[in-house]
Amino acid sequence: MKSFASKLLISPAIVAWLALGCGWASAAEVLVAVAANFMQPMQQIAQAFAKSSGHQIQVSIGASGQLSAQIQNGAPFHVLLSADAAIPAQLVQAGLGVAGTNFTYATGQLVLWSPKPELIDPQGEVLRQGRFQRIARANPKLAPYGAAAMQVVERMGLTSDLQHKWVQGENVNQAHQFVASGNADLGFLALSQVASATGKATGSIWLVPSSWHSPILQNAVLLHKGKDNAAALALMAFLKSPAARDIIRNAGYGLEPLP
Amino acid sequence: MIPWLNDAAAAWSALVLTLQLASVTTVLLLCLATPLAWWLSQTTSRWRAPILAFVTLPLVLPPTVLGFYLLVAMGPQGWLGQWTQAMGWGLLSFTFKGLVLGSMVYSLPFAVQPLQHAFEVMGRRPMEVAATLGARPLDAFFSVALPLARSGLITAAILTFAHTVGEFGVILMIGGNVPGQTRVLSTEIYGHVEAMEYAQAHALAAGMLVFSFAVLYGLAAVKRRWPGVGAGA
Repeated sequence: MKSFASKLLISPAIVAWLALGCGWASAAEVLVAVAANFMQPMQQIAQAFAKSSGHQIQVSIGASGQLSAQIQNGAPFHVLLSADAAIPAQLVQAGLGVAGTNFTYATGQLVLWSPKPELIDPQGEVLRQGRFQRIARANPKLAPYGAAAMQVVERMGLTSDLQHKWVQGENVNQAHQFVASGNADLGFLALSQVASATGKATGSIWLVPSSWHSPILQNAVLLHKGKDNAAALALMAFLKSPAARDIIRNAGYGLEPLP
Repeated sequence: MIPWLNDAAAAWSALVLTLQLASVTTVLLLCLATPLAWWLSQTTSRWRAPILAFVTLPLVLPPTVLGFYLLVAMGPQGWLGQWTQAMGWGLLSFTFKGLVLGSMVYSLPFAVQPLQHAFEVMGRRPMEVAATLGARPLDAFFSVALPLARSGLITAAILTFAHTVGEFGVILMIGGNVPGQTRVLSTEIYGHVEAMEYAQAHALAAGMLVFSFAVLYGLAAVKRRWPGVGAGA
């Protein structure tokens, strides 16, 4: 969590949403829908963007699937930063996203993490030794981090060994809650969750090699409602700038080469 | 395994677990709620108002708030977790016992309020008459007060059972979706909907809808059969 002031960013988003409904919005204001796992870097990006461009930016936080449902039902967002690659592609196909603007702004780094300092070794052998009661993951059917975790476990040949030790969160934030509160001993999480607050992870951690699972791509897309909005176009460009990419990298995400 | 058979087995396991959870919760909660409701209906203590407010809290708080506090309390650093570990029981989170405790907290007002209302409507007179006839208080409670409040008792049992079957947020927060332990119908339905497996979601949701209707219809029948007493909730 960052400062109180940055948390307040969410409430102006609601005000802006109402204002937009009444037709008050100025042209140089961008309304951006952001996947919940990217909230913290987005707050820094929003500040840097507002400072460098002079445009107004309003951030709405939600689960990617819910944001997508809102966009399909007429939500006034200009830009979507999704937690996956599928939703932006679907929106482009449905004519709600602008073709050719879809790009990967961040890639997720899967980690095995525990708040206990000695539990996890740097090679993840702890999974074979099984010296733990419960291991947390995100729902593999819904969350890219959960699906990636299962690919890693399958690759290690531990699918049946771990079968009765899983506890499952609906998304990676809930899985983190299980581990951080100590209810689960360790869990497959996103590096951005365990390293963003302090810059360095406490406890013990295994950085899972990214070649062990399909890439966790987080894609952004310019939405149809933002295609003539100067601030929205500027934000899409800003996300590709070195300033924004530094913030994203420092928050614990990887980067893809720009298109 | 054949996919639909796999689904059917998962659904069956979730259904059995849901009914177990609701039954155990109802029995335990009625044992706790009956003396509490009696005390609330009789006392003039200055603690009555704060305790009444506390008992009603789960009605107002979002289940995710309850679930979050329960998760923190049950964890190794939480007061409950420290106690269960000291007793050698391990942690309650992600277990059936933990869900029972969570469900009891979650359904507490649904058990207490109908009972308390039934006791209040009954008034002091039946117990006073019993005392005049020489019945000891506990004896009078079981042979006079409780039978008179039976409609409230039945209402409390039905509401607790049904409310637990429909419980979702608290279970999502402290359950961890463990098959056979904490994966109940409501979380199973949610999983199917989120994964866009609408056919499976429909089958379970339709069953839940029919069940809920039957419960509420049955409740109305109870109220027709024993009007007046225990009309609360």
